[in-house]
This record gives sequence, structure tokens and C-alpha cells, in this order.
Amino acid sequence: MKSYAKFLGKRVLYMLLTLFLIASITFFLMKLLPGTPYSNQDKLSEEQIYIMNEQYGLNEPVPVQYLVYIGGLLQGDLGVSFQFSNTPVTKLLSTRIGPSLQLGIQAVALGTILGIVLGVIAAMYQNTWIDTLATFSAILGRSIPNFVIAVLLQLIFGVYLQWFPIALWDGGFSSSVLPTLALAISPLADSARFIRTEMVDVLSSDYVELARAKGLSRWTVAFKHGVRNALIPLVTILGPMAVGLMTGSMVVENIYAIPGIGEQFVKSIMTNDYPTIMGVTILYSAMLVFIILVVDILYGVIDPRIRVSTEGGDK
Amino acid sequence: MHKQENTPVADELKNLSPDMFAPATESSMVDNEKIAAPSLSFIQDSWRRLKKNKAAVVSLFVLIIMIILTVAAPIVAPHDPNVQTVEFASLPPKIPGIGIDGLNGTQKVGENRVDKYAEKNVPEDQYYILGTDSLGRDLLSRILYGTRVSLIIAFVAALFDLTIGVTYGLVSGWCGGRIDNFMQRVLEVLSGVPNLVVVILMLLVLKPGITSIIIALAITGWISMARVVRAQTLKLKNQEYILAARTLGESPLKIAFKHLIPNLSGVIIIQTMFSIPSAIFFEAFLSFIGIGIPAPTASLGTLINDGYKTFRFLPHLMWYPAAVICILMISFNLLADGLRDAFDPKMKD
Repeated sequence: MKSYAKFLGKRVLYMLLTLFLIASITFFLMKLLPGTPYSNQDKLSEEQIYIMNEQYGLNEPVPVQYLVYIGGLLQGDLGVSFQFSNTPVTKLLSTRIGPSLQLGIQAVALGTILGIVLGVIAAMYQNTWIDTLATFSAILGRSIPNFVIAVLLQLIFGVYLQWFPIALWDGGFSSSVLPTLALAISPLADSARFIRTEMVDVLSSDYVELARAKGLSRWTVAFKHGVRNALIPLVTILGPMAVGLMTGSMVVENIYAIPGIGEQFVKSIMTNDYPTIMGVTILYSAMLVFIILVVDILYGVIDPRIRVSTEGGDK
Repeated sequence: MHKQENTPVADELKNLSPDMFAPATESSMVDNEKIAAPSLSFIQDSWRRLKKNKAAVVSLFVLIIMIILTVAAPIVAPHDPNVQTVEFASLPPKIPGIGIDGLNGTQKVGENRVDKYAEKNVPEDQYYILGTDSLGRDLLSRILYGTRVSLIIAFVAALFDLTIGVTYGLVSGWCGGRIDNFMQRVLEVLSGVPNLVVVILMLLVLKPGITSIIIALAITGWISMARVVRAQTLKLKNQEYILAARTLGESPLKIAFKHLIPNLSGVIIIQTMFSIPSAIFFEAFLSFIGIGIPAPTASLGTLINDGYKTFRFLPHLMWYPAAVICILMISFNLLADGLRDAFDPKMKD
């Protein structure tokens, strides 16, 4: 147990190191960026620019700016947005994290549940047309870019059938249906594929055969004995899934006009709003690194064999 | 019961005559030792297995046709993709001799179908198979050139992934010990960075264009390749033939090229095949949010983005490039799946 704590400590250390590295790299990259944050620069006199630079702390030498930034970061201060009426980035983002988080969680929940069902069915009917159909639809889901799916859903259910709003966010259920569906496709495809492979493995294992020999029905065995064991490795794809959702949210939020982080990020990129870009970058990285850490911990908790092997291993 | 069955056989044995026998020839004895089936190389064997996968074979054909078409785009394309003919702007698709609505140059205006070509006085012998965009550029030519750009980006980015990833993985796996440990910690830190963020930051710093997209994709894409190659190298380096090569004093570089890479080729090809569609997706994604390929160069992403702006009125401008990117992605994914099953039968479920 002591070495497990050591293992965890190491992981947390790497997590912090990663975040520090990302924050530093982002900072220096932002300093290299062309353009200035002032949109009407031609009209400004040099004095005015000087005063504004002074106000934002841009007249200090870069190393000093860096220290100030990292110092602020440690206190949870991401600086002040250049574009959006001088709002602190933290405040700007905190109002937008709600919709993004809601959509993300809904999409992951919907996607993985449907994906598990699809994957289990495919594995149960392995090498029949049902399996082929399920596998092919998983490949379709993985192949069709999410912005194409989003527009397609918007056209069919928003414009033609008028079941759901075309592009509106009121926090209610009906306005979140289409974006959730559009975002859920890729987790669905990923988990279906993953569960199928795992289930095929599990279904041919000895304990499943024993359960069958005891006289349990195919489906009881599949759900009581099979799925539980197939689910464990699914935890590992949570990280890549989160990355996919971040990417997806940038287009999906734009298409459906959702005031979330992704939409803000795209807007900030377009307007050279460095502090906000840095803020979102750090937020995304922090989320990803945190998810990776949680996955590592969860994995050890769910499956003790893995913990033993990391303890006994050379790393 | 035993006896009853044996009697006819016993009778037959009694009636054997010497002329029913022939002396064994020397050649027939040699044949017994021969392996009947032709020996197959790794590639031949994989190809044999791949051929059984119908979806993969169809995808391969689709991809070959698409690649030929896009390579030959300057010859095949009916118009210059960047020439604007403003008077013929926003024309719907027209294929001569086909009367189906949507492909005959007519468009719904209000309740009636109007022949847009007649309305705009387009000469009788001039037609645009997939219509024109809002600046009067031929969509088919733009799709051909756009697919070309997307494929170039994907292939070059995949090539970079391959070079960097394989080198990193080989060095890390081969050297082992402290070097391996350090290189793995670096990977661990890097994999915590969302690749999307890196790609976007790189594109902001570099000037938008084909080269910077390739660089941005190459910087982020090699990590999984490095991991896979390292894991395989660790397995291979303790094999007897590698030990033999080392004992005989072969240089590490030669061992890598002569022994390791050929044995790693399966995983390398699979990994590369999966990185191509992801590069195609990323390019389209970046262009869709507006930081990809700058105008007037077309890529599949910019075409979809342009089409999306007017897709209520000119839906063909969005759906045709979207269909092309979907076909491309599906084919690459199906082929990659097929190759994975073909190269590694153990991994097949």
C-alpha cells in the first residue's frame, strides 16, 4: 500500500509538471504571436498604446510578465481579457463552463450507454449480419466528422421536422437535444468498438463457460458476468474521449450557438485575445490531465491486479 | 459385429494379384518431404488475408480511384478551381442528358422549379456537373483540388508521424535503462497536452497554410506511434536473432533497419493508416472553424465551411464536399481495420 501511495504521489507530480509546462509554453507562444490585442490600433496614438500597455502590464520585460502570469495562475487568476470588455478571464470562462459541462456529460452518458448496448449485441451475435451492421455503424460514427453530423441533425430535426430549435440555448432540455446527439456520436462509436472487442474476449473465457454450463441463459451470463468485466478497460478511453469532446464542442457549440467554452475559444482565436486563449488552453489541459489521473486511480481501485503489477513492476 | 464388417475386406485381401502393385519411385519419396503450399512472405500472407475482407478491398479500390483522380486533378478538372466567373455564380448542378431534379440545372424558387442556366444565359454547351459556388467557381474542380490538398496534408503529416514516432520509439526501447525512463517521462508529460490545443497554438504562431498545418499535426501526432514502437521493440530486442546479430558485432543502426523495422512493419503500417484519417479530420476541423487553409486555396474543410454559410439556399455546396470527406474517412478507417486484422491475426476477434 505504501508503494501505491508513492505511485500516486508520482502521478500527481507529473500532472503538476505537465500543467506548468503547458502554461509556460502557451505563455511564450502567445508572446510570439503576430498582431496586437488592440483592434483599432491605427487610430491610437503612441501614448495611448503606452498607457494601455502599462495597464495590462505589457511594458514589463517578458520574464517579469511571465513571473507575474505564473504567480497569478497559482492564485487562480488567468488575467484580464483584451477583447471582452476587460472581464477577468476566470469570470468570462466560469459563466460559460456550465453549458459546455452539461453537454459534455450528457453526451458521454448517452454515447457510452448506447455504445455498450451496441457493443454487447455485436459481440453476442459475433460474425453474423447483426455484428457486421453494428461494427459498420461504429465505423460510420467514427468516420463522419462531427460538424457534418451536427449540420445534418440541425437540418433534419431543426429545419424540416421542427422538433427542436435550430440554434438556441436556454438551458432547457429541448435546446440541448441536438448538440448532445451530435457530440455523442464519437463516444458511442469508440465505446461500441471497444466493448465489442472486450466482450468477445470475455465471452470465450472459462468463467463464462462455467456459468453457461450451470444452465444460466446467454443474456444473463452476458450481462451479469460479461459486461462487468468488459467495462473495466473502458475506463482507459475516457481520456481520449474527453479530448474528442473538447474538439467536438468547438464546432458543435458554434453551429448551435451555445454560449460555452468552445465557442468562446474560437471567438478568442479570431480576435487575438491572448489571455482568454491561454486561459482556455490551461483549462482544457488541466481537465485532461485530471481525467488521466482519475483514470489511473480508478483503474487501480476497480482492478486490484493492475495495482499489484505496478507495485511489483520496475517503474 | 466386428467380424461381419471385416469379412468383405478379408475376402478382398485374398484376391490381390501382384500386378496390382507398382514399385515406389525415388521421386515420390522426395515429394513426401516437400511442403505442398507455396511459402508466403509476410506481405503475401497479409495480402491473402486482406483480400478476404470485402469492405477493406472495396475501400482500397475507392481510395485508389480517389487518389488517381486527385493526382490527375489538373487534367481531370473541367475548370480552373480559382477562376471566378461572377455572372455564372450559384448555379445548381447540371449533368447533360439527366432529367432528375437537382441534377438538371433547375432550382426551386418559391414553389416553382426554375432553370437557372437559362436564367443566367449560360451557353448551351457549358455546364457545371456539381454547380458553382457564390463566386462562380466550379464546385467539382474545387472538390478535386481540395481533396488533393487534404490528402497531401494527411500523407505528409502521417510520414512525419512515422519518422519521428518510429525513431523515438526505437531509441527509447533499444537503449532502455535511464534513457528509456527519461524519454518515457517526456512522453507522459506530452500526452497530457490536448493535441487540439497544440495544433491551434501552432497555427496561430505560424502563418496559416498547408505547411503550418502539416507541422502542427506532425508535432502532436507521433506520440502514439512512439509508444507502440517502443513496446514492440522491448519485446523484440530479447529475441534470439537480435542477440545473435549483437553478438556478431552488428551496429545498432543496422540491427534497427535490418531486423527491427521489418518485424515492426505491421504495427507501423496499421498506426500510420489510422493517423491518416485523423489528419484529414483535423485539417477539415481547423478549416471549418476558420484557422485552416487560407482562401482561395480549397481544401475539403474550407469547402464545407463555405458551403455551410449558404447551405439553406445552395445545399449542394455543402453536401458534395461533406460526402467526399465522409467517403474518404470511411474508406481509410475500413482499410485500416482490415489491415490490422490482416497483419495481426492474433488481434482479430
